[in-house]
Amino acid sequence: MSRLSSAFAKGHATLVCFVTGGDPTPEATPAILDALVAGGADVIELGMPFTDPMADGPAIQNANLRALAAGTKTAHILAIAKGFRARHPNVPLVLMGYANPMITRGAQWFADACADAGVDGVICVDIPSEEDPELGPALRAHGISPIRLATPTTDAARLPAVLDGSGGFLYYVSVAGITGKQSAALASIQEAVARIKQTATIPVAVGFGVRTPEQAGGIAAVADGVVVGSALVDLVAQHGADAAGPVRDLVAALSAAVHAARKDIA
Amino acid sequence: MTVQNPNSFRNQPDERGHFGQFGGRYVAETLMPLILDLETEYRKAKADAAFQAEFDDLLEHYVGRPSPLYFAPRLTEELAKSAPEGKGAQVWFKRDELNHTGAHKINNCIGQILLAMRMGKTRIIAETGAGQHGVATATVCARFGLPCVVYMGATDVARQAPNVFRMKLLGAQVVPVTSGAGTLKDAMNEALRDWVANVHDTFYIIGTAAGPHPYPELVRDFQSVIGREARAQMLSRVGRLPDVLVAAIGGGSNAIGLFHPFLDDPSVKMLGVEAAGHGLDKEHAASLAGGRPGVLHGNKTYLLQDEDGQITEGHSISAGLDYPGIGPEHAWLKDIGRVEYTSVTDTEALDGFQLLCRTEGIIPALEPSHAIAAVAKLARTLDKDQIILANLCGRGDKDIFSVAKHLGVEL
Repeated sequence: MSRLSSAFAKGHATLVCFVTGGDPTPEATPAILDALVAGGADVIELGMPFTDPMADGPAIQNANLRALAAGTKTAHILAIAKGFRARHPNVPLVLMGYANPMITRGAQWFADACADAGVDGVICVDIPSEEDPELGPALRAHGISPIRLATPTTDAARLPAVLDGSGGFLYYVSVAGITGKQSAALASIQEAVARIKQTATIPVAVGFGVRTPEQAGGIAAVADGVVVGSALVDLVAQHGADAAGPVRDLVAALSAAVHAARKDIA
Repeated sequence: MTVQNPNSFRNQPDERGHFGQFGGRYVAETLMPLILDLETEYRKAKADAAFQAEFDDLLEHYVGRPSPLYFAPRLTEELAKSAPEGKGAQVWFKRDELNHTGAHKINNCIGQILLAMRMGKTRIIAETGAGQHGVATATVCARFGLPCVVYMGATDVARQAPNVFRMKLLGAQVVPVTSGAGTLKDAMNEALRDWVANVHDTFYIIGTAAGPHPYPELVRDFQSVIGREARAQMLSRVGRLPDVLVAAIGGGSNAIGLFHPFLDDPSVKMLGVEAAGHGLDKEHAASLAGGRPGVLHGNKTYLLQDEDGQITEGHSISAGLDYPGIGPEHAWLKDIGRVEYTSVTDTEALDGFQLLCRTEGIIPALEPSHAIAAVAKLARTLDKDQIILANLCGRGDKDIFSVAKHLGVEL
C-alpha cells in the first residue's frame, strides 16, 4: 500500500497540512514540516513558490513572495522534500504549485526529481485534466499521484474526466474562489462529498477556508480528509523562523478534532 | 470539428485550443467548466447571423468602422530622404486610433460583451495595463448597463491617470493592484482571482489575444476586422496587397487582428514589433526575443522567466506592452517562421512618436510608436514602389504626460 493510501486507511479522517516551501527561508522549512508531523498531520503538502500564484489569496500569495525573496529555488524545494523523506520515511509528502516551475525543465526532469526526493503526489493548480499530457504521464510512470482538484463548478458529467488519471486523493475545493477566504457551509460540503463519492474510488479531502479545529472536525465527519493551509501559513508569517512551536500547537488541535470526528469510510 | 487545411496558416487552434505546442487551457478547475461553456457559446455565436449582424452594426455606428486606410506622404518622403537611391517604401496606416475610445481595444470589447450577455452574465471584470482596454471595457459596460470592475496595477494607475479618470467617469470601479510590480501581469492575476470567486455571474473580458482557450481565438476573430478591412481597402485603393505588414506587440491583439486575414497571402510579409525597453540586454518586455516557452495566465507561450520558471517583470515605456508574455498564436507564427518579429527600444519608440507627430499631424500612442520606429528602419531598405502597412492601433492623448516627462518637459 502506498504512503498516501495508508494515510487514508488509519481508521480516522486524514489531516492534510500545507505550508509554503522556503517561507520564511529554505533553512527554516524543515523544522516547520517536522512540526506538522509532530502535531499529528497525516499528509504533508509542501508549496512550491511561484511569482504568480493566481489561485491563492493574500496569505499564500505573500508566503510565495517571502519565499522567493529569501532566494528559494526549485533545488531548495526538492532538497527539503528529500530531507523530509529521510527523516519521515512513512509520512506522505505532496508538492503543490503552479505549472510553470514544474514543467520548465520538462515534465520528465520534474518527475525524475520528485521520484528521487520521495514525493508521493503532485497538485498542480493550473493543469486541469484537459492538459494532463503536460505532466501526468511522466508522474504516473514513476508511481507519483497527480492529485486533481474538484470544485463546486465540477458537475457530475465532468467529474469522471477529472478523476481519470488522478491518484492519491481528490482535493475538493469547497468554495469557488481563492485560498484563505470563507469556507462553505457544512451542509453543502456534505452534499458535495456524497455526490463525488458516488463516482470517486479514491478518498476525498476537503480544503479552502478551513481554519479552526471546530471547522476541521465538522468536515472530518463528512469527508475522508481535511486540508488546512492559510491558517498555518499565517502562523509562519507571524512567527517567521520561530514558527515551529505555534504551528505544532495548531496542528495538534486540528488533528485532535479531525481524528476524533469520525465515522470510518475506509 | 474544424476542417484542417494543412496549407493554411489560418486554421488554428486545434480542438484543444492549441496553436502548435502553444495555447491550451491551463486554468484552475473552478474555471474549467466556464471556459468550456464559453467555447460552446462562442461556436454558436460565430454561426449565428444575428450575432454577427449586431456586432457589425455596433462596429459601424458606435465604434466608427471601417477605420480609414491612410497613405502617409510626408512620412514616406522623410524616410526616403535618408534611404539609398531607389529605396524608401510607401508607408500606409490603418487608422484604428480613430475608433471610439481611441484604440483597437473596443473591437474586442464589443464582441465579448455581446457574448457575455448571450451567456446571461450580469457582471463584467477586466484587467488593464495602459488603461486602453479598461476604458474600452468600461465603455461597453456603460453602453449595455452592466457593472464593471477593472483591475489595474498600482504602478500603471499612477502613470496612466487620465485613463483611470475616464474609466471612473464611465461608471467602472478601478481596483489598484499592489501585488508584484503592480503592472499588467499582476492585474491579470487579480482579475483571475475575482473570476474564480464569481464564476456564476461574472464574465472576464480579456483584453488581448492570450489567456486560456478560447480567448486567443475569439479575441483574434473580433480583432480581425482590422485586417479584413485593410485588405479590402488596399485592394480597392491600389489594386494590390501590401508587401509588409507591421504592428506593435504586447499581448499581440492588434497585430494578430491585422495579420490573420493576410496569413495565407504568400506575397505579404509580416513584422511584429516587441518592446525592447532599455535594450534586450537590460530590462525589456520582448517575450519572443528574450523569453522561452512556459505556462502563465491560462496558456503556454513565450514568457520572460528565470531558469526556475519564475516570471520576471517586463519593462517598457509603454504600459500597454509591459507584459512578460505574448499571445500563443504569435508564439506559433514565430516558430513556424510565417511572421518575423523584431524589437524597438524605449528611445527609438519616442523618436517614432515624434516623427509621426511632425510629419503627419498624428499623435500616436506609445504602443504603435514602436511599430512606427520599426517602419522607419524598414522603409529605407525597401524599394520605392513597395508598400508597408502599419497598424496605428491607438492615439497618444493618454501618453502626452509620460512623453513630456521622458523629453524633460514640465507641463
